[in-house]
Amino acid sequence: MFSMPASGIENQISRIEENMKHKGRFGDYGGFYVPEVLIPVLEELEEAFYRFYQDEQFVADLARLYKDYAGRPSPLYYAGRFSEHVGCKVYLKREDLLHGGAHKVNNTLGQGLLAKYMGKTKIIAETGAGQHGLATAMIGALFGMDTKIFMGVTDIERQSVNVHKMKLCGAEVIGVEGGSGTLKDAINDALRYWTANVTDTFYLFGSACGPHPYPTIVKHFQTPIGKEARRQSLDIIGRLPDMVVACVGGGSNAIGIFSGFVDDKDVRIVGVEAGGRSVSSGLHAATLVAGKVGILHGAKAYLLQDEEGQVHDTESVSAGLDYPSVGPEHCLLKDTGRAEYVAAEDEEVLDAFSLLCRCEGILPALESSHALAWLLRQKGKLDPEQVVIVNLSGRGDKDVGIVEEHRPMNVDDK
Amino acid sequence: MKTYKQVFAELAQAGRSALIPFFVVGDPDFDTSLEVVKTAIDAGADILELGIAFSDPIADGPTIQKADIRAARAGMTMARALDFIRQVKAHKDVPIGLLMYYNLIYQYGIERFFADFHEAGVNSVLVADLSIDDVGEIEEPAKAAGLDTVFMVTPVTAPDRMKLIASKTTGFIYTVSVLGVTGSRDNLSDTVQDLVSELKKLTDVPVCVGFGISKPEHAAAIASAGADGIIIGSKVVGLIEANLQNKEKMLSEIATFLTEVKTAISAG
Ligand SMILES: Cc1ncc(COP(=O)(O)O)c(C=O)c1O
Repeated sequence: MFSMPASGIENQISRIEENMKHKGRFGDYGGFYVPEVLIPVLEELEEAFYRFYQDEQFVADLARLYKDYAGRPSPLYYAGRFSEHVGCKVYLKREDLLHGGAHKVNNTLGQGLLAKYMGKTKIIAETGAGQHGLATAMIGALFGMDTKIFMGVTDIERQSVNVHKMKLCGAEVIGVEGGSGTLKDAINDALRYWTANVTDTFYLFGSACGPHPYPTIVKHFQTPIGKEARRQSLDIIGRLPDMVVACVGGGSNAIGIFSGFVDDKDVRIVGVEAGGRSVSSGLHAATLVAGKVGILHGAKAYLLQDEEGQVHDTESVSAGLDYPSVGPEHCLLKDTGRAEYVAAEDEEVLDAFSLLCRCEGILPALESSHALAWLLRQKGKLDPEQVVIVNLSGRGDKDVGIVEEHRPMNVDDK
Repeated sequence: MKTYKQVFAELAQAGRSALIPFFVVGDPDFDTSLEVVKTAIDAGADILELGIAFSDPIADGPTIQKADIRAARAGMTMARALDFIRQVKAHKDVPIGLLMYYNLIYQYGIERFFADFHEAGVNSVLVADLSIDDVGEIEEPAKAAGLDTVFMVTPVTAPDRMKLIASKTTGFIYTVSVLGVTGSRDNLSDTVQDLVSELKKLTDVPVCVGFGISKPEHAAAIASAGADGIIIGSKVVGLIEANLQNKEKMLSEIATFLTEVKTAISAG
């Protein structure tokens, strides 16, 4: 009939339909609510993922890349001076030290290698903060792939350093005008582009959300965070932590670290969303805190929307959390009560950012600063012997300009 | 209320394909939109496809995205959409297929949605982001409300899946002529003719073709390949956009274009 790529979507379809029907649900959340034209390519992706993710060669290749290219394992660091401010023992899982400056590289190496095993040579990705875009551009260069990054025009402006880095790595950055020019709009246009180019393009999705199989795939490639953190906790502290805290945008760094501890019933799990100006103002991106179940970008999940189902524009000082939906597994973790979801507001996030810089000499990403901010608010409520692991999902170099804008600082200041 | 079956039977008798224009309800505003739709009916539309604006229309290109924004800014709501449809039906009893994004249906309440919109005069609802894999979520309420089903088939849909889709379809198959989102194309690939003939071999349900059709010649070629209907969206929505400052010209250009297409697909 039509010329199809060598991977032969057509032959695989009947076999894979079983998978697509039964996988990809977290309770009632998730699924693959996409236009018909995307079904075959999602099936192809699902099939490839299950074919390779435990393949001996694939696992060995990825392990080598994690170690030599990304710099895994990332340290678990006891932040002694910061701990004094919180009033308990705070350890930072240092994903900020990875190549590219964020946890995003775990996922892009995994999916990039998968694309390579599938014989794909063109990749596209969306990005908010530019961290996923950068991590995709890096592996695009590494694997010699033609790379296009969709990024909202608002985000291009506020994360311009990352835009330059992406271009240096050879990626094309496509500005997206629609909506509020943020992550949601970038995903819309990436999906539209993919629709027209399904036969030869791999969509390297950046978070543990979107249509099946992405929530499962992205989680899988982020599980090293949780596995390492658990082992390091036992090695360094001699026991499991009392609490694990991570910021939640789409939910990938959070699900990565949470996955190491969900079966440890005594470990309290907290996800921190973007409270923006404040949750009550409506200007925020706290989906799990204030959203209602709906369907966006291929998944049923909590969603920030009006009464008729029109999706809200979101607002946050951090581009990486500025998204109105969230990964389906987090929705289930919320409903079952296994994890708690809370919000931190822009002002307290900026305070937490500054504090970590000042007392540890570590510049945290504004995204990760949400987790720190919520923890700082718990001061006085925590036992001094409590051990808390915060996933420091990324470093804040990209955010220096934004922080300067909000908190102007004379360079001569003491 | 006129059914798809009646329309396709009449057209088969007359030996021509259905002319099916698409509009976004309330684009650029309620009253103008109503005039546009009435004009299209008077120019010979056999069936209407209507969309209700959604904030994130991932299956649509820039032309229809902009129409969604215009309609939303002009204050379109579900209640006003129902009112709009009733007024269209009062003008003439032409079958109406809705094109929807799932979240709007989900928030409205699935059962209530199908019941209310059928009552207003809708014959079918195609949900752009709900594939047959999850059709279970809407199948019963749609059937209970008395609606026909319309599903999409694309150039990458495998033959087995085409059969499955056809078996679930009671209205017509919406065949996507090109890979990609909605939007006018200068040229359409020959593959769409092959796709139509393949579908015609697989099923007796009417096969309509949409996406990218922007010229009477396209429509004629697809009709002569055996398509039972020609769906034209971005081209006519683009005529609204091009004439926002001049309503008379907007209406006359839409009427002229649709008349040309009608003639082109009636020839064979
Ligand atoms: C450093 C950092 N942390 C967190 C996030 C949020 O994404 P996720 O919730 O998928 O971890 C981003 C997104 O850009 C990021 O750059």
